Amino acid sequence: MNRISLATSSLRDVNQAIRALPPTNGGELIIEEAKGNHALAVGAETDALIEVQGSVGYYCAGMNQSAHIRIKGSAGPGVAENMMSGIVEIEGDASQYAGATAHGGTLIIHGNASSRCGISMKGVNIVVRGNIGHMSAFMAQSGTMVVCGDAGDALGDSIYEARLYVRGSVASLGADCVEKEMKQSHLDEVRDLLALAGITDVEPTEFRRYGSARALYHFDIDQADAY
Amino acid sequence: MTSDPTNRPPTTTPRKSATFDDYTLSEIRRAAATGIYDIRGGGAKRRVPHFDDLLFLGASVSRYPLEGYRERCETGVTLGGRNASKPLELKIPITIAGMSFGSLSANAKEALGRGASVAGTSTTTGDGGMTPEERGQSKHLVYQYLPSRYGMNPDDLRKADAIEIVVGQGAKPGGGGMLLGQKISPRVAEMRNLPEGIDQRSACRHPDWTGPDDLEIKILELREITNWEKPIYVKVGASRPYFDVTLAIKAGADVVVLDGMQGGTAATQDVFIEHVGIPILSAIRPAVKALQDLDMHREVQLIVSGGIRNGADVAKALALGADAVSIGTAALVALGDNDPVWEAEYNALGTTAGAYDDWHEGLDPAGISTQDPELSKRLDPVAAGRRLANYLKVMTLEAQTIARACGKNHLHNLEPEDLCALTMEASAMAQVPLAGTSWIPGQTNPF
Repeated sequence: MNRISLATSSLRDVNQAIRALPPTNGGELIIEEAKGNHALAVGAETDALIEVQGSVGYYCAGMNQSAHIRIKGSAGPGVAENMMSGIVEIEGDASQYAGATAHGGTLIIHGNASSRCGISMKGVNIVVRGNIGHMSAFMAQSGTMVVCGDAGDALGDSIYEARLYVRGSVASLGADCVEKEMKQSHLDEVRDLLALAGITDVEPTEFRRYGSARALYHFDIDQADAY
Repeated sequence: MTSDPTNRPPTTTPRKSATFDDYTLSEIRRAAATGIYDIRGGGAKRRVPHFDDLLFLGASVSRYPLEGYRERCETGVTLGGRNASKPLELKIPITIAGMSFGSLSANAKEALGRGASVAGTSTTTGDGGMTPEERGQSKHLVYQYLPSRYGMNPDDLRKADAIEIVVGQGAKPGGGGMLLGQKISPRVAEMRNLPEGIDQRSACRHPDWTGPDDLEIKILELREITNWEKPIYVKVGASRPYFDVTLAIKAGADVVVLDGMQGGTAATQDVFIEHVGIPILSAIRPAVKALQDLDMHREVQLIVSGGIRNGADVAKALALGADAVSIGTAALVALGDNDPVWEAEYNALGTTAGAYDDWHEGLDPAGISTQDPELSKRLDPVAAGRRLANYLKVMTLEAQTIARACGKNHLHNLEPEDLCALTMEASAMAQVPLAGTSWIPGQTNPF
């Protein structure tokens, strides 16, 4: 198993080592001593399993394609931002904007996520074991978010077609976000994502679903108070 | 007995209010009838101090000129050498501004790429991602990194020749994008990951950073993803140019793009276009001062835009310290926008050639700001691209003509000392003397 340490190698060297991994059969790479570095493991184009030891700064795993990146610590703002595919897994907590604008793949946060989790998400699946902060899923376009804990204020404000599932309480819903019926297909979706995240102690039936009321899709002066 | 007209008491001529003029009255009636603010395309239409208020002094006894057709006047510009291993080398200092596929038809985007490539300059994507047509036809393509991140992906990022982080634009500093349902065709919807036919309002702020310290880290991330090859631009709408340019440079920008209030937009509230932001004339000197104060003038390049129409505007912008200019509205006109040939159709839309600005409605008779397949067909991308290339060449020749008259063998050698101002406003804003005097308001004592 290959190892590279930020104690002895530069950020540039570490990211180039990741970029040098083959697209398929990428193997495993351990990055030691992450030490809160920013922009670590960004732009990966490999199916490798990349284990990051320690907490990371901003934008770790940004624009990830295919890689399975496991962060053995907590993540700073914008973890897995604009991810395209693959899996990004955080053992600890995630700061603001986790999974922002991500187009695909799966983001798993075993701790809590801060504000604006899944902001402007465009197809990613996000599973959070703990709670999420305010303004999460703001302008969320598509994809799925499963939250085992509670959600902060203004969940799903100005949401488009993303599906949100929350097991705990929701402090408040944002503009044009409403609770929707849980159908069998939704229960199945939650079950699959919980299984993918390795979460076995909660049931899909414990979740409530939220999505767009679609009342703001076309401007209407009598809806102006919603903005 | 008939009345004697000479006995009628005199009356005053009917007088309309300067404050409540015809346009203002019509807007009040329109707002009252519809309940929605006026949305339109384009930039500020009001008269503001502009390059027309400046003149070149030309050579005479105290300075000597270069021969018009015999002595060379260089026009090339290198953009992004500060940090990028592959800076852009452009033949002319006139670039094509960011305009989205979605706001423009695929043919129009292709034409922009064709025209820019023939002229040796760059074109720019917009709030809708990169299309294969555009990449294919553009020798130098700048990929915009916008708050919405529609269609953003690392593959296109790596295909680009430069990356432009858009913080704002001159038509609406502080505002986000807007594309109304009429233009969200199936292809546009797919590229933006949105339902077809809905009104799309893009975010005004980036989703994963807020201030200049975050921007520095964002730039680091983009450089790491693209192997430190691509120049990274930061585009701001002109409002507080000294501070915004300073912070962009500190955050690591290779190029700063500064867009004045005359710069166009695909669709925004008229009140935003006309009342937020400042004219480009007033923004260039503070931006150049920011570069100079950080010892970065010419190291970090400054591209200015907003109302550039001809070679004189190019020469004036460069003389004030810019490295290059960018054109959007003028490029669309070169393609065929607002052409009087479509006058009957403009009339049918309730407007006239030269005033058509309902670009958001997607009904453009010229086939440029539309997603309608039939209207789009009216624009031949090859012929329109040729027109744009011709226009870019004319602007360059005009700018060279002026530079030679000022004795300069490169457009970048033009300087503020080559200029004077026709009005006190322009003199104060451009910081060049009022014509025939040595007076710059606020800087020198006239007495």
